[in-house]
Amino acid sequence: MGITQLLFWILTILTLGSALMVIFSKNPVHSILWLIVTFFSISGHYVLLNAQFLAIVNIIVYAGAIMVLFLFVVMLMNLNMPAAPLKKKWLKFAGVLSGGSLMLVLIAALKDTESMRREVLMQTGDIGLINSLGMVLFKDYILPFEISSVLFLSAMVGAVVIGKKT
Amino acid sequence: MDALTQRAKLVDRRPMNWLEKIYLWEIFKGMGITLKHFFKKKVTIQYPEEKRPFSPVFRGLQVLNRDEEGRERCTACGLCAVACPAEAITMEGAERLPGEEHLYREEKYAAKYEINMLRCIFCGLCEEACPKDAIYLSETFAPANYSRKSFIYGKDDLLIPDPATQPEEYAAAKGLLDKRKNHNPDLTKTNELK
Amino acid sequence: MTLLAFDWGFALEKLVLIAIVITVSLVVAMYATYAERKVAGFMQDRLGPNRAGPFGLLQPLADGLKLFFKEEIIPSNSNKFLFILGPCLAMLTAMMTSAVIPWGGKVELGGRMVDLQVADINIGILYIFGVVSLGVYGMMIGGWASNNKYSLMAALRGASQAISYELAMGLSLIALLMLTGSLSLRTITEQQIQGNWWNIVYQPLGFLLFFICALAECNRAPFDLPEAESELNMGYHQEYSSMKLGFFLFSEYINMFISCTIIATLFLGGYDMPFVDEAKLSGIAALIVGLVALFGKTFILIFIFMWIRWTLPRFRYDQLMNLGWKGLIPLALFNMVITGAIVLFTMKAH
Repeated sequence: MGITQLLFWILTILTLGSALMVIFSKNPVHSILWLIVTFFSISGHYVLLNAQFLAIVNIIVYAGAIMVLFLFVVMLMNLNMPAAPLKKKWLKFAGVLSGGSLMLVLIAALKDTESMRREVLMQTGDIGLINSLGMVLFKDYILPFEISSVLFLSAMVGAVVIGKKT
Repeated sequence: MDALTQRAKLVDRRPMNWLEKIYLWEIFKGMGITLKHFFKKKVTIQYPEEKRPFSPVFRGLQVLNRDEEGRERCTACGLCAVACPAEAITMEGAERLPGEEHLYREEKYAAKYEINMLRCIFCGLCEEACPKDAIYLSETFAPANYSRKSFIYGKDDLLIPDPATQPEEYAAAKGLLDKRKNHNPDLTKTNELK
Repeated sequence: MTLLAFDWGFALEKLVLIAIVITVSLVVAMYATYAERKVAGFMQDRLGPNRAGPFGLLQPLADGLKLFFKEEIIPSNSNKFLFILGPCLAMLTAMMTSAVIPWGGKVELGGRMVDLQVADINIGILYIFGVVSLGVYGMMIGGWASNNKYSLMAALRGASQAISYELAMGLSLIALLMLTGSLSLRTITEQQIQGNWWNIVYQPLGFLLFFICALAECNRAPFDLPEAESELNMGYHQEYSSMKLGFFLFSEYINMFISCTIIATLFLGGYDMPFVDEAKLSGIAALIVGLVALFGKTFILIFIFMWIRWTLPRFRYDQLMNLGWKGLIPLALFNMVITGAIVLFTMKAH
């Protein structure tokens, strides 16, 4: 087993473990911190796939910005209740049932897709590098890209306008 | 009404012009001022090595004076204690016995003379009240200490060094006292009374 | 990168380099605290620390020793693990940024080409942004875990400040990236060495914006609201004592050193000594000249950081936000548009 495989397994265990901890930890702030760990290990996977740009953007956008906003909200709401109110039995049962069936559907849908059968390329391929990504974005997907950038710009302008009003 | 000093400045309340509004130029101006101070001569006095000279009228710790032969001048008359507004001075008089003429100048002397430095306000009234030229304020101040008791200064702490045994220290202390006397002529008038 | 760690010589070389870089940043940060106090003193007509050792040069050691011997207090109702994690994260993120800075060119040492850069990744600038955006967590976790509402509020203040100025920082750099066409710090430096001018000549406004944002990101005055003692009841490190407080304060100085190095690399030619042609020098001489140039530029920038701190009063919070969102971001966008237009019309050959 090469060092890449070793890293892959470590990262996988870390990803799944921290993702489970997101669900199982009682304190919402701890959940968010575990979610950040999850994002980091996913970024590690991106690096293994030689997609450094995606890895770092994942960290900047998700771990660096969105999770900070999550933390803001949770910290300000002060959710440190001594104990969450107990849910009813049938509610728990329904939750397990619906969650399980969702997983079943997902597995069934993804089982036979083409991407599952393809060999995963480790360390090679340049699809995630910034040059090739830029080429794809600005040649093949130029219209959606520009539309989304206009969307973001309008959101920003709107935020400034709201900020100016008060 | 005339201004007391010529240093008053009118506040400029004109609206800011464009250069001031972008703020950057003003920052550079401010930074120029701090840079000027960076190269200025520093005003620090390196304390334990370097000391600021005291003013000649500085009122510090009291000193009990001796005459030229080393005899204590104080006669325990109590005028200083009466003059003291903070009631910091206490004393006990005693009669000079035969054979003690080289110690005390007159027939009566202070057997105990205490100044509570925690009460003393260093006003100098004791110095002015003394008819015998026996108590002076010096140019030092009471050093810090750990107990209240240690601030009650007795005769050992207050007396000027004996010219017979410690001539150099006496000369130094005496020189300071003389300098002080020269600066405050009203202190010397008591000298004629002896 | 770690994937190539089969080459043990390479791994060893990088480990040694990392150790050196971290030691140097620690020492520089240590003496930055001393320099800060000296500069403060001189600008206020004082002498600054001059008692510990000759010229007070041992003062940082004395300060460190004092911090180590202070009582360690962990608030009773706080989350102990996160409380300790906060300063550690602050320190870690401060250190991590140094990985992509090229400290000098490649040199031949003992028969192998040694690269004076820990990791020459092709997204160097983005990596820096990633780490900087994580710097918020040390502050937020520390502030929240203190179980003190003032700490929490200061942490939120600090975090929103950092996020706001990160935006303007990124936008001001995009204009630079249009000119360089690369995200690798090594490539950017080499372009400046080969070209006639440093990037500051092409991007004066970008430099100014980046500099201001760097001040805000390092929580340096006049943007030091997260640690405003008097008017805002101190900052996110209110409940911290002993070396954990020291970590927070120290990480600020490391951040300052690293961001000055980054500014020097991006805008001031990195390890390019002006008026000297490095290509004519031998390997070791070029290395030394390069290091002297880079550190000289960095120290000048650190001095300017301190100079600003001891000149300008602190911003009010609304002023800070106004400057960030209504001043710097529009300016950065303007700079971007202008640069884009110039690049489009003049440098079509790119």
